[in-house]
Amino acid sequence: MSGLTYEAVARFAQQGGTLYFAAIFIAGLIYALWPRNKEAFRRLAHLPLEKDESDHV
Amino acid sequence: MTQAVATRDEASLDTIVLYTVTGLLALGSILATAFSPDPSFRFHGYVMIAGFVTAFCVMSVGIGSGRFRSDPSRYSDGVVRAGVIATMFWAIAGLAAGVVAAAQLAWPNVFYFPDAGWLNFGRLRPLHTSAVIFAFGGNALIATSFYVVQRTCKARLAGGAWPWFVFWGYQLFIVLAATGYLAGITQSKEYAEPEWYVDLWLTVVWVAYLLVFLGTIWKRKEPHIYVANWFYLAFIVTIALLHVVNNLAMPVGLLEAKSYSAFAGVQDALTQWWYGHNAVGFFLTAGFLAMMYYFVPKRAERPVYSYRLSIVHFWSLIFIYIWAGPHHLHFTALPQWTQTLGMTFSVMLWMPSWGGMINGLMTLSGAWDKIRTDPVIRMMVVAIAFYGMATFEGPLMSVRAVNALSHYTDWTIGHVHSGALGWNGFITFACIYCLVPWLWKKERLWSNTLVEWHFWIATTGVLLYISSMWVSGIMEGLMWREYTPQGYLANAFVETVAAKHIPNIIRTLGGLMFLVGALIMSYNLWRTIRMPSTAKAELESPIAAAPAPVAIAAE
Repeated sequence: MSGLTYEAVARFAQQGGTLYFAAIFIAGLIYALWPRNKEAFRRLAHLPLEKDESDHV
Repeated sequence: MTQAVATRDEASLDTIVLYTVTGLLALGSILATAFSPDPSFRFHGYVMIAGFVTAFCVMSVGIGSGRFRSDPSRYSDGVVRAGVIATMFWAIAGLAAGVVAAAQLAWPNVFYFPDAGWLNFGRLRPLHTSAVIFAFGGNALIATSFYVVQRTCKARLAGGAWPWFVFWGYQLFIVLAATGYLAGITQSKEYAEPEWYVDLWLTVVWVAYLLVFLGTIWKRKEPHIYVANWFYLAFIVTIALLHVVNNLAMPVGLLEAKSYSAFAGVQDALTQWWYGHNAVGFFLTAGFLAMMYYFVPKRAERPVYSYRLSIVHFWSLIFIYIWAGPHHLHFTALPQWTQTLGMTFSVMLWMPSWGGMINGLMTLSGAWDKIRTDPVIRMMVVAIAFYGMATFEGPLMSVRAVNALSHYTDWTIGHVHSGALGWNGFITFACIYCLVPWLWKKERLWSNTLVEWHFWIATTGVLLYISSMWVSGIMEGLMWREYTPQGYLANAFVETVAAKHIPNIIRTLGGLMFLVGALIMSYNLWRTIRMPSTAKAELESPIAAAPAPVAIAAE
């Protein structure tokens, strides 16, 4: 039963959680800063401004 | 999908399914009411019968006269118009309930109704909180999400008649919840008071909402999913999860109103505040940020300041918020490391929250003059500023030492209202000021002067409200912990209540001013809707061509 002590589970949750959060955050950063995405993001930032017959009569 | 079946003459498959479901629900509610031994359950049974039978009759007439046909080349905006009206209706109702409840605290002898128990503070308080959060806020979120997802995906709402099921089903949920609170039918979980059968009904409505939203994203003509839709989706999915888990309960009987929660003791407390704080994080934050990310750029006619920042703060926000709940349980039976965890994640929330605030405010760069000239833009800016203030104050209050002073005092109430009135209220009002002329095909609002009046009266009201609650909260917290030289508590509890009399009067006045602002707004919107329409009178707008050529402003 040595593997399932409270300390072991807590250590796994704490260290695993830290790594998991760091990995997710870095993945998000890489996606946001990836040079190939720059043009798409530029276009998306302007998406609400596209003239649409619906909102301006 | 369903549109393929739809023709202009006969009812489509989705309408027939909805019609059948409504009929079965009407029949089921009649049978359940007839056989229930519980008067509380029967009372709600009558409400459900009224709702479902009316819906069934209206659908029968509607299908007979061909009103359920849909035009796939146009946006589905009828349900958004209905949502805008419902939002304002529940705003007035919820704010009025709040003013009465505040008056009961300020003048407990005048506003005490021994013969009408259902009007007592204990019944009105959950009515007020649920009406403003779920009825006003919820309708605003559903209506704007239906509008924004269509525009940013360049696709008509999926599901044919089912968006209407979401709208009316949600109104039925509100009526069941509200009448339940007044009648004393409650499971006593804050912001989750409705009993098990109302929770089940909301789950059904919410799943339909998710499917309509996902279905619209699925058939989008725009290759990317715009950031507002990410925020809306996070809101819808997380609320479904929170709602289902926190409301797990075993009813006393199949036809009885009363139920017992699946959780007990500290597990119950933790589950409740995991739910409660994420209702703030995903209902009142993520969903309203979605509104900000569409309506602020649109109104300011400026692109989103940093699309990259919106991605980074979106993922940080949703990953961090989910852990912050334990800060509601400082100094309780909850293990201290869990309290510290909740506190740490709350402090970390500063960054994604302010990421959103900076992105919203800086979207105005190049259009700052509009703060002076356009009261709707000014309302948006004030809303975002209040978002920044409330999300600065929240992490501060989550720190255990600060919480020792602030918890259970009016400071909490002041904090909540700087977020709810300042951020959620103002951003919703601003979006509706944008939406009404767009949806009803008017050139402008009926009166910009009335928007100015609304803005200044409501802003003054919010400031009166939150400053009086800060004063009263800190005073109360200090009085509770004041000791005499002999080591006894210096103040009896009732002395702290008496000391709050003047702040309570000021907060009632502040709330009343916010309500007056909403009434002015409703009058202005009603006059706007009654103005002559411009140009082509057809209300339903054609869907934009896709992929549309992008006009990028010279920078």
